[in-house]
Amino acid sequence: MAVLTEEQTLIKDQATAWAKDKAPVSSFRALRDSKSEQAFLPETWSAMVDMGWSGILVPEQYGGSDLGYLTCGLILEQLGRQLTASPLFSSSLVGASALMLAGNTAQQEALLPSIVNGSALVTLALDESSRHQPEQTACRAEQTGDGFCISGKKTFVAEGMSATHYLVAARTSENPGDAQGISLFIVPAQAEGIERTALPTIDSRDYAKLSFTDVRVEGTAVLGSLDDGMPVLEKVLDRARIGIAAEMLGTASQAFDMTLDYLKTREQFGKVIGSFQALGHRAAALFSLQEQSRSCVEAALQAVDAEADNVSELASLAKCQVGKFLFEMSNELIQIHGGIGMTDEFDAGLYLKRARVLEASFGNRAYHRHRYANLMGF
Amino acid sequence: MTEDFKISVGDWVADNLPKGLVGAHISMYGVVSGDQEVKDAFELWRQRLAAQGWGAPTWPREYGGAGLTDAQAKVVSRAITKAGSTNPIPYLAGMGVTMVGPTLLEYGTPEQKARHLPGMASGEVRWCLGLSEPNAGSDLASLNTSAELDEETWVLNGQKTWTSGADKSQWCGALVRTDRSAAKRNGISFLMLEMDQPGIETRPISLIAGESPFCETFFTNAQARKDDLLGQMNDGWSVIKRLLQHERQSQTNAPAPSTTAEPLQDVAKRYLGTSADGTLTDSDMRSRLADHLMDTAAHELTIARIMTDARGGNVEVSATASILKNSATDVAQGRSELLLEIMGSQGLGWEPGEYSGEETHTVREWLGGKAMSIYGGSYEVQKNIISKNILGLPETTQKG
Repeated sequence: MAVLTEEQTLIKDQATAWAKDKAPVSSFRALRDSKSEQAFLPETWSAMVDMGWSGILVPEQYGGSDLGYLTCGLILEQLGRQLTASPLFSSSLVGASALMLAGNTAQQEALLPSIVNGSALVTLALDESSRHQPEQTACRAEQTGDGFCISGKKTFVAEGMSATHYLVAARTSENPGDAQGISLFIVPAQAEGIERTALPTIDSRDYAKLSFTDVRVEGTAVLGSLDDGMPVLEKVLDRARIGIAAEMLGTASQAFDMTLDYLKTREQFGKVIGSFQALGHRAAALFSLQEQSRSCVEAALQAVDAEADNVSELASLAKCQVGKFLFEMSNELIQIHGGIGMTDEFDAGLYLKRARVLEASFGNRAYHRHRYANLMGF
Repeated sequence: MTEDFKISVGDWVADNLPKGLVGAHISMYGVVSGDQEVKDAFELWRQRLAAQGWGAPTWPREYGGAGLTDAQAKVVSRAITKAGSTNPIPYLAGMGVTMVGPTLLEYGTPEQKARHLPGMASGEVRWCLGLSEPNAGSDLASLNTSAELDEETWVLNGQKTWTSGADKSQWCGALVRTDRSAAKRNGISFLMLEMDQPGIETRPISLIAGESPFCETFFTNAQARKDDLLGQMNDGWSVIKRLLQHERQSQTNAPAPSTTAEPLQDVAKRYLGTSADGTLTDSDMRSRLADHLMDTAAHELTIARIMTDARGGNVEVSATASILKNSATDVAQGRSELLLEIMGSQGLGWEPGEYSGEETHTVREWLGGKAMSIYGGSYEVQKNIISKNILGLPETTQKG
């Protein structure tokens, strides 16, 4: 654990206790089983807003507390442990980061206070295929008079059904495959021409596919530079990758704790199964992966706060290393629990399903290995 | 720590490092050069460092140290590296400064400390360790070498192996059985004895990587003074556990071995070639190389994090030494295997000539590196330590 300030320690302890008591995995399970269209509980979200978490990255002038990414990561980790469903990551980290990095004063004034008070849910609409490939963006925005007309498709949009605003990456010049020619737009979810369809993903969260047909927005909807949106989009994505890595660390660490607990209590052949060396060594290897993942995630969060120049390397490193840990851990969670791990009544399946969705979000391990090699110059 | 301290250390090194020694290659047995002037410069450098107490800078002054904090000691070692040289004393003392000395500081009597520590701290007395035996490797507690007290003298009989530097050492720390009737770990003691005596014979061991510092060491009625028992009689196991913690720490602090400072990806580019966009032509190697570099970064960030935590008083560093020892092994062995593969058939030469020095060095280092997962508590023993001591899993059923 990084050396935390007193305030960070307080928030971490608060998040740990709150997630366990008020938003535990059992309440996520109940929501899933209710077959409700809601992907998160309104009271969960309003409690987060009341605790100030929705404004944790936002400057004080817009009602936030500006406590930084490490603090935000500490909360996301605890939510990841309990599989707590909320728009905190999508809107308060990704959406708010995009507005802070790319927005002009008018855009920030219009949306940041609403992100903080929870009335606006701002999410990124980027992926178009089954792969995370930002530069392959094909969705088009044609200039018409002083506005734009957006047409195209988006998928795997987190909080896509509950969002009030989309940050849409669209092509204003060049062709799919070019990093140049991509622009970001702020588009209200209710705009005419947007059709949204819920995706029934394995993790029972809110993901949507979006279809844009001649969606008209004003010129003021452009977030950041026209045609040259990629550099700032990459910065936003790095923050998203690091934030989701913190959540993944929590999910995997909880799976580790559940497994370790089982190793110490389950008896077979007249012994506690944790006394078998084949299992003890696997637990040791997983623990080492956990420690290394934590080092990468914390270094990445701290690098963002310090505005270090190696944030991109650390983002890919963190997403990749914690991705490896979560992959191994979610499989061992099932395997070591044996038959009980296969039952829906036990929580292992919820963690396994969420693990794969998180892995595919904002670039999987293959994507980040490739990116890391690029960043290292080979 | 003040900036003044850094400056005064830097000034001292600049004033005292003999000019003839800058950049000279110093190996574990001293300076590698036939030139008498360089040899003299090396001896002068050792004497000056010893007089400063910088051979073992964190030890108390009365035992040949300088009473520095860990952070101050780091400043000293950085200043020496920056000036283009090495502090040879920890190497010259063999296992003295890094392992036996720190353990002596905790377990030794005042007389033992006064008699043994100054020789280590000055680099004049080299120590080896007689721990492993032919039938006691990873299962060290099953060792068989015996010691019996005959009035004022311990008499030792048995065989040790993997005693690094035994043929070049003046003193030995040996783990011996002093009570055969006790359970395995309860009848062991730690003795210190002089190597130059008729009862000790050493034979160097040749390894898969060629010559090695390792020896077989035979004790035939070898003698140790009665008061050279370290710690309590039959409590040698707790002495050795502490000593091995010092060993793991010294290993995890050491930088990963490398043939060259050149980054691995640059070696790969040189041997495998790049496409027009600058990426490696071998995409499979590119992906595995990226994986390796990320594992290396994760290992280094973990060392940094644990050091920060330790300063904040968060964890006991020794609890994490096993994790770091294994990840250091993964990183170093993984690097060697990748280098060898990058060099292709050029990475398969035993002697230079048709192969470059870089290539044969890579081969030797690859072979030698196989020891990393065996010595200092094997890879599997470290996993046992993690699962039992850190994770609290129950003991595997074992004899003794």
